[in-house]
Amino acid sequence: MLNTITLIIGITMMYATPMAFAALGGVISELSGVTNIGMEGMMTIGAFVGASVGYFSGNPWLGVICAGLSGGALALFHAIASIEFHADQTVSGVALNLIGPAVALFLCRQAFDGSAVTQPVENKLPKLFGPNPDGILGNLNVDMMVVIALILVLIAWFILYHTKWGLRIRAVGENPAAADTLGVNVKLVRYICVILSGFLAGMGGAAVTLSIVAQFSQTSIAGQGYMALAAVIFGRWLPHGAYLACLLFGFAQALTVVLGGGAVAIPTQIIAMLPYLMTILILVLFVGKSNAPKADGVPYIKGRR
Amino acid sequence: MTKFITILKKPVTGTLISIFFGFILAGVILAFAGYNPFSAFHALITGIIGRPKYLANIVVKSTPLILTGVSVAFAYKMGLFNIGAEGQYIVGALAANLVGIFVNLPAVLEIPLVIAAGVAAGALYGALVGWLKARFKIHEVISGIMLNWIALYFSNWVISLEGISKPNTSGAYPIFSSGWTTFLPEWKSTEAAADFMTNHPYLGDVLRTDFNGGFIFAIALAIIASFVLYRTTKGYQLRAVGDNTDAAEFAGIDVKKNIIHTMLISGAMAGLAGALNIAGNAPHAVMQLAAFEGNGLNGLSVAFIADGSPLGCIFSGFLFGGLLYAGQSIQYMIGAPSEIISILIGTIVFLVALKDVVIVLANKLEAREILKNKNNTQDKDKQVKGGVQPC
Repeated sequence: MLNTITLIIGITMMYATPMAFAALGGVISELSGVTNIGMEGMMTIGAFVGASVGYFSGNPWLGVICAGLSGGALALFHAIASIEFHADQTVSGVALNLIGPAVALFLCRQAFDGSAVTQPVENKLPKLFGPNPDGILGNLNVDMMVVIALILVLIAWFILYHTKWGLRIRAVGENPAAADTLGVNVKLVRYICVILSGFLAGMGGAAVTLSIVAQFSQTSIAGQGYMALAAVIFGRWLPHGAYLACLLFGFAQALTVVLGGGAVAIPTQIIAMLPYLMTILILVLFVGKSNAPKADGVPYIKGRR
Repeated sequence: MTKFITILKKPVTGTLISIFFGFILAGVILAFAGYNPFSAFHALITGIIGRPKYLANIVVKSTPLILTGVSVAFAYKMGLFNIGAEGQYIVGALAANLVGIFVNLPAVLEIPLVIAAGVAAGALYGALVGWLKARFKIHEVISGIMLNWIALYFSNWVISLEGISKPNTSGAYPIFSSGWTTFLPEWKSTEAAADFMTNHPYLGDVLRTDFNGGFIFAIALAIIASFVLYRTTKGYQLRAVGDNTDAAEFAGIDVKKNIIHTMLISGAMAGLAGALNIAGNAPHAVMQLAAFEGNGLNGLSVAFIADGSPLGCIFSGFLFGGLLYAGQSIQYMIGAPSEIISILIGTIVFLVALKDVVIVLANKLEAREILKNKNNTQDKDKQVKGGVQPC
């Protein structure tokens, strides 16, 4: 019994973490007033860059940093489009979801002799309890990215709700004109938040290819970015809310793994549906008003009300 | 100059400029990667118009893209982001497949029945998204994403059932051939047809593909959707809600009802795309899916390239389908990764998001023009009035 429970916890964390990085980024970006639909693309480019830098340098942490930078670079385009050119942020995000995976595969074929998968990395990210712990610790031996995600969520929550920086970010997302009047640099805050969200999404991608699997392939990122988008809304634009939403998605995935173990005669496809059905059901049961940032997705044009 | 400004101000100009720069950027990327961009574009053009077969395949490939594009564009007019078109496409295809397996009627009845089944399934699946939003305030992006996955696994489950799953394949039984919309399906396998195809190489080339009547539906639907949006009360209500929900509600428009109706219609179109794929293309059956095929998700790009115009989706759907199909020939002919096509399309969509810049530019030019004209008239005034300064 204890074994099953720890197994479920371990798998939950494993599935939830990559999404949690992206979702946290999504929360930060949207709190500052820029919707970010392009997280899938940012995760994919991060997954590729993480795996290939990890492979060529042998250092997985360098891979994580570079993955973050690549996600941030992609996000910079989104930032310029939405902040500088007042673009439709949905359209720009959809474009990034096309460009991110395409660029990742294009570069992959360039760097790995036309192959659509990278070579496996030799050094994966370290695990929490070292390489081969016994017993229960074995099930709970999650990788370090899980721990980092948790710490980042706490930091984000603290900064957003208990510091003046957080207040500024939220003010820019709620009422940019008022924030501007008080001397907050709306553009700068938004740039930082959007690029940060790309950085986090990129790290989320690397969390897949440097710790869960050891290489990048076309299916490394298959919808986690979209799930992260759902987690942002589900978690009501709160960093801990989004994290809990990711945990829920991860938990449902873990259930499918455990239930799919053979004891119960439910078709695997039906079990695979569970996470998504559960999400809708929970949303139906807990009807609440959404508290999206008021200026979310609205370009700020100085002097226009 | 004024003429130039008028051209700049037209919405389509921005789109064309976006497409132009998309190609430039793709060329630059190819050049950096060590491929000759000109031979790549030559390969692309050859892949589109090189043989009648290519054109026929592009029409086939574009049909679902136009439909899901119109589906997304229609919902977006009301401010709804139908990311769930993918799932609506899947259930549409599944329903069409099931009806086509179990009902065998003459073609005049079978084809409409198969298509109607797909439309109905897509419509209900779309309406579910609308209902969840209207009744429980669940954001359509969340429910859409969830329902996409549910549709994928549900479809995989149904076609794995005994009596539906075709043994030794990874898919369902094909529908009865009376439900096929492929041109002359029966005749094609006869000997007379083989002779005909050898004697008429061009027609034969087309007939050997899955060229089917689906694109007629797609074009007709884009026209109908445009008519509904701009020429009917319903369309006016939808657009009013999309422009300003509160104002529309104040004016007595039932917003909740309209959300459900819009998603019903939007879902019906995505479902139609799925059904037409089953009716029109071999193997005329649903296959096991490991991941999304992207028929619905690509509809987002099609709709945005078309700037949300249903009629524009005909054009952008063919552009998207043509590029996707001909992208294979870039890989085949010059060895460049076909992903360059997705980069190209993504860049076009990205630039389309920025295209208001063109309008801003046009406005600036216009302002300068007006100022210049004013100065000219003032100069003339001076001459007439003999140097008296106007005040």
